[in-house]
Amino acid sequence: MTDEALRGRAWLFGDDISTDHIAPGRLFHLRTDLPQLARHVLEDARPEFAGEMRPGDFVVGGRNFGLGSSREHAPRIIKLAGAGAVLAQSFARIFFRNAINVGLPVLQCDTSGIGEQDELEVDLAGGEVRDLTTGAVIPFVPLPPVMVTILADGGLVAHVKMHGGFDLPEG
Amino acid sequence: MTALTLAEKILAAHAGLDAVVPGQIVIAAVDVAIAQDGTGPLAIEQIEELGSARLKAPTCVFFIDHAAPAPRSELANAQKTIRAFCASSGATLSDVEMGVCHQRVAESYAKPGDLVIGADSHTCMAGALGAFATGMGSTDVAVGMASGQTWLRVPESFRIEVTGELQDGVEAKDLMLTLIGTLGADGATYKALEFGGPGIDALPMPGRLTLCNMSVEAGAKAGLMPSDDSTRAFLAALDREADWRPLAADPGASYERVVEVDAAAIVPTVSRPHAVDNTAPAAALKGTRVDQVLIGTCTNGRLEDLRAAARLRRGRRRAPHTRLIVTPASQAVARAAAAEGLFDVFWDAGAVVTNPGCGACVGIHEGILGDGEVCLSTANRNFHGRMGNPGAFIYLGSPATAAATAVAGEITDPRELL
Repeated sequence: MTDEALRGRAWLFGDDISTDHIAPGRLFHLRTDLPQLARHVLEDARPEFAGEMRPGDFVVGGRNFGLGSSREHAPRIIKLAGAGAVLAQSFARIFFRNAINVGLPVLQCDTSGIGEQDELEVDLAGGEVRDLTTGAVIPFVPLPPVMVTILADGGLVAHVKMHGGFDLPEG
Repeated sequence: MTALTLAEKILAAHAGLDAVVPGQIVIAAVDVAIAQDGTGPLAIEQIEELGSARLKAPTCVFFIDHAAPAPRSELANAQKTIRAFCASSGATLSDVEMGVCHQRVAESYAKPGDLVIGADSHTCMAGALGAFATGMGSTDVAVGMASGQTWLRVPESFRIEVTGELQDGVEAKDLMLTLIGTLGADGATYKALEFGGPGIDALPMPGRLTLCNMSVEAGAKAGLMPSDDSTRAFLAALDREADWRPLAADPGASYERVVEVDAAAIVPTVSRPHAVDNTAPAAALKGTRVDQVLIGTCTNGRLEDLRAAARLRRGRRRAPHTRLIVTPASQAVARAAAAEGLFDVFWDAGAVVTNPGCGACVGIHEGILGDGEVCLSTANRNFHGRMGNPGAFIYLGSPATAAATAVAGEITDPRELL
């Protein structure tokens, strides 16, 4: 992860945002054209998001963000659309793992006090989200060491190439 | 010796360790790695990026099942990529006629004690054979295929202790929807669901596959069944008895939580839009008009499911306003169903019988819903937009509930028609 703080606006999405919201089956034919698919990112949850978000903005969810399908295209197009990170109270397992593998920061934190379009600053190294609109400072749950290693190496494929296989901490 | 859960036992064996504990990160040897036509092209890209000369996982299979046969040129081109990769890499191809990956994995590839990874979230279905099977993304599966290994955090296990037997007209699907309603859609996130008890001993493989298939709908990483005589009979019927071995958790293994389920108390249950854990008794939803019924998919597209649906249909037609689509899970299922005359029953009832595959479940083709339309499906997900239209409404139920609903044209408890 970068030491630089990320800055952008919050887009609120609520609980149980599924991979069908993020990258729906009706756009299955765009899975081999990710830049096109990214133009529809999260369309079924907030149709205006893809068109109005600015690079660096944050996707802010509630509980169980990313539930459903294993489609890695979901975190890939959130990243490709330019979102700085996804913040949520909790994440579904496969989405979380996929996000780390493709280098999208996913931060588990108390998002309940964040307002729509609040200006946020995310300090990845410092482990906190600062809501510049409300003044709140929200700590996020540190990533497990295994995921810190994969992210630091630039994703899973880069990790495996770099070490000739897995070289992960046990904890 | 430490007493191990089924998940711990399988993961320890694949990591070359005597024992593992929840939370431990292991590097485990992969037996079976799969991808499908939605996730396969990206996995192939990642394998090529890895520059691997050959695939090291013993069994690598690509399934063309989600958009089979291709309804659009973009998808036909993606499928060409998969066929070409299989030809050059030696990976096995399961082409458009063969059916849904999870059913095919259970029929032909997974065996008790295996570690199965798949770029499809319902890969967990293979846990019904006594395997540790889990869904991952394309990149994880690409690394698994190429290196023969994957990293896993050993999950805490929930023991789902099932007593009693399901009543007539009540199916494993009803039990699972009830359980997910109790646990919640994220109630088992990161956990392994280990099913057991006399109610599971008495449950044949088709029902076990349904339970494991939907474990991910409670957030679980895996769902696991012991490997016993039912597993053996299932494999023997497929000429695979040599693949069988007994496997069970150690007595005294430690569980984070034990959930007791009395199968005899389960009633026909339906998930309401747009969440699987939004459950209600089918009888309480009487009066909900339904435009389309889908019977099939990896969740409930097996021969026994089609029999349960046909039992209620014999001599009855679908309601005039309710379309009925039947999609067998695999070619083997379709062949057996046709031989038994089940397709005639469905055709006589006014059904469309499609080729085996994922069909309408994923919203790509073969039964996309119109604006405001309501579907009752035997699939595993009813998320907003799932069946190709964010303006539609999906209910989930058992094959018997689906058949009864198609006859009545509204959501119906199948016991009314028995």
